[in-house]
Amino acid sequence: MSDTHAQTVRFVRQEMMPERAPPIREAGAVKWLRENLFSSWLNAILTLVSLYAVYYILSHVLPWMVFGIWDANSLTECRAVRDELYGENASVACWAVLADRWQQLMFGFYPSEFYWRPVLAVVVFLVALGPILFSGFPRQAIWFSAASPFLMYLLLWGGTIWGPLVVIVGFVIGVVAFQLLAKVAGNIVGGLASIILPILFWLFAAGPLASALAAALPIGLTFVPSDDFGGFMLSFIIGIAGITLSLPLGILLALGRQSDLFIINKVSVAFIEIIRGVPLIVWLFTASLLLNYFLPPGTNFDLMLRVIIMVTFFASAYIAEVVRGGLAALPRGQYEAADALGLDYAKSMRLIILPQALKISIPGIVNTFIGLFKDTTLVVFIGLLDPIGLSNAIRATTDWNGIYWELFVFIGLLFFICCFGMGRYSLWLERKLQTGHR
Amino acid sequence: MTDAATNVAEREIDRTQMQVSDEVAIQVENMNKWFGTFHVLRDIDLTVYRGERIVVCGPSGSGKSTLIRCINRLEEHQQGKIVVDGIELTSDLKNIDKVRSEVGMVFQHFNLFPHLTILENCTLAPIWVRKTPKREAEEIAMHFLEKVKIPEQALKYPGQLSGGQQQRVAIARSLCMKPRIMLFDEPTSALDPEMIKEVLDTMIELAEEGMTMICVTHEMGFAQAVANRVIFMDAGQIVEQNEPKEFFNNPQSDRTKLFLSQILGH
Ligand SMILES: Nc1ncnc2c1ncn2[C@@H]1O[C@H](COP(=O)(O)OP(=O)(O)OP(=O)(O)O)[C@@H](O)[C@H]1O
Ligand SMILES: [Mg+2]
Repeated sequence: MSDTHAQTVRFVRQEMMPERAPPIREAGAVKWLRENLFSSWLNAILTLVSLYAVYYILSHVLPWMVFGIWDANSLTECRAVRDELYGENASVACWAVLADRWQQLMFGFYPSEFYWRPVLAVVVFLVALGPILFSGFPRQAIWFSAASPFLMYLLLWGGTIWGPLVVIVGFVIGVVAFQLLAKVAGNIVGGLASIILPILFWLFAAGPLASALAAALPIGLTFVPSDDFGGFMLSFIIGIAGITLSLPLGILLALGRQSDLFIINKVSVAFIEIIRGVPLIVWLFTASLLLNYFLPPGTNFDLMLRVIIMVTFFASAYIAEVVRGGLAALPRGQYEAADALGLDYAKSMRLIILPQALKISIPGIVNTFIGLFKDTTLVVFIGLLDPIGLSNAIRATTDWNGIYWELFVFIGLLFFICCFGMGRYSLWLERKLQTGHR
Repeated sequence: MTDAATNVAEREIDRTQMQVSDEVAIQVENMNKWFGTFHVLRDIDLTVYRGERIVVCGPSGSGKSTLIRCINRLEEHQQGKIVVDGIELTSDLKNIDKVRSEVGMVFQHFNLFPHLTILENCTLAPIWVRKTPKREAEEIAMHFLEKVKIPEQALKYPGQLSGGQQQRVAIARSLCMKPRIMLFDEPTSALDPEMIKEVLDTMIELAEEGMTMICVTHEMGFAQAVANRVIFMDAGQIVEQNEPKEFFNNPQSDRTKLFLSQILGH
């Protein structure tokens, strides 16, 4: 007795099989339908029910949107047109409110003869974004990106060009101070000087210098006060400023929280926990009301600036925790390999640790950004005229009293497009940074 | 010879450049280290001369890794003195970075940087630590990648390479810093058997060129072929050290005998 069948043991293939197409049931649309929609009786029933639900919703919403009325000056007029076209009480949208008030929804009370300025600022922003978000731009383009915040400030608020220029000078002073002192007195002295000197300059020298220059050479644009800002422009300014400022601050906080230095560690932890533990709306009220008690009387500290600072702090606490997750996810070996090669702390963070930790954190970071952007609508509660605030104002006028769906659909759609775009970008970036299977 | 030697090249080893000089490369004096209250290294005294190839072995948890990690200050020692290349390791960060850039280290789990290509892995430290111009750093990197026989992989990412290839890249990455001393912490123990040989071959070539090496490894064939000294550690202490032939054929301590019988399987 042997322990195998004589026939099953030996086998030699005589000729190799050519490749064949899969059977028709296993390919193309038929296969997809069968697998995804009709794989079992239950699945088939669910598919049919869902199809009906989709049909039911669309059959009501689509006509409402598509047959909407664009040409009218008030809700009453809108209703008259509707009755004439589709009969009494037909359910159609009155998009005319958007046609009538889109400028306000976009720009608030920004003077209409200067609408080109925010529009140009958006163009500057998009151009500046290119070299930051995508590779393949010439290296010098990053300088334009670095200068763009000042350019955008000038375009939006106006005033003399000397204000932004003097602020830039402060940064230059910081860089020069670091380069000179770091060689002579070491990185720590240089680092401190590069922070303290510009602050001193901005506090004491910048104001008089800018005024003097402005008096001597008055070049600039007409000044527009923050009170006139509103609509999506306001949301974008707060959102974009918050996003760009909170990322670096959040990274620093995450590194601080990981640090062995006692003071830095505890300050970071306290900052993160306190900021994160209190609702944003409370911080916004703090910014708008309480700060007035603490600031010396007579100081005019722009409300929008205060809101931007609060939103930035709030988002950076979240970013810090997201990035900390990324840092913790890296194996210790990465830190050790960087150390073993002789890279100092700053270089190992910049070249080895942060690129990987940030890559891991992309979904969380973008998630925070999206949250921040949508939270800008909370400023309505402290009296800033964001799109929600403006829609309230529009609905309070006699012309448009009683309209609401159309405005909120529009506002929702614009926010959705922005947030969806950010989400797509993050997916694209994740795929781009994918480097083989680990 | 035992079957543990099968991983090592059958070829004759070229010993012309394997010379031990009188110059001290590493001096460890009366060094002690604790993890919390756990006394992990006890009264370690070790002098390594330039050109030595030292193999450190011992049971798991005996402190081998900790010892060589103290030499480039990945771990801090609490007592005693460690002098590497004439530089004493203290808490002075400048000295630590200087020592680290002179001492190459290869880890059990390679620790390549997964977000950089093989070439970038190799040029990163020369460019940022040694301030070598990029072009030159790339030439050096290609030279060493050729030496470890994977120049064609230069533009791939670590995740796309086999374990053995990754470990050879890790060796090349260390060599690009032109280190005077190389530390190996079980470089082959995360590898499949067929890849162990290619890594050991690379290490043997390095030894043939006269590199000062300290290798924590259980590849006894490698120890017999290239080491000039074998150190046996147990419970945080150096228990026995000797020339490989004597060490394997005539171990003195009972602990060594027990260990050898376990590892050589008879
Ligand atoms: N960071 C640490 N904190 C606390 N204890 C540690 C730490 N690292 C190692 N140890 C302990 O120190 C002892 C020595 O560890 P080490 O890694 O040096 O051993 P080893 O000889 O390299 O062992 P192996 O052969 O398993 O690698 C072990 O008991 C280990 O548990
Ligand atoms: Mg070990």
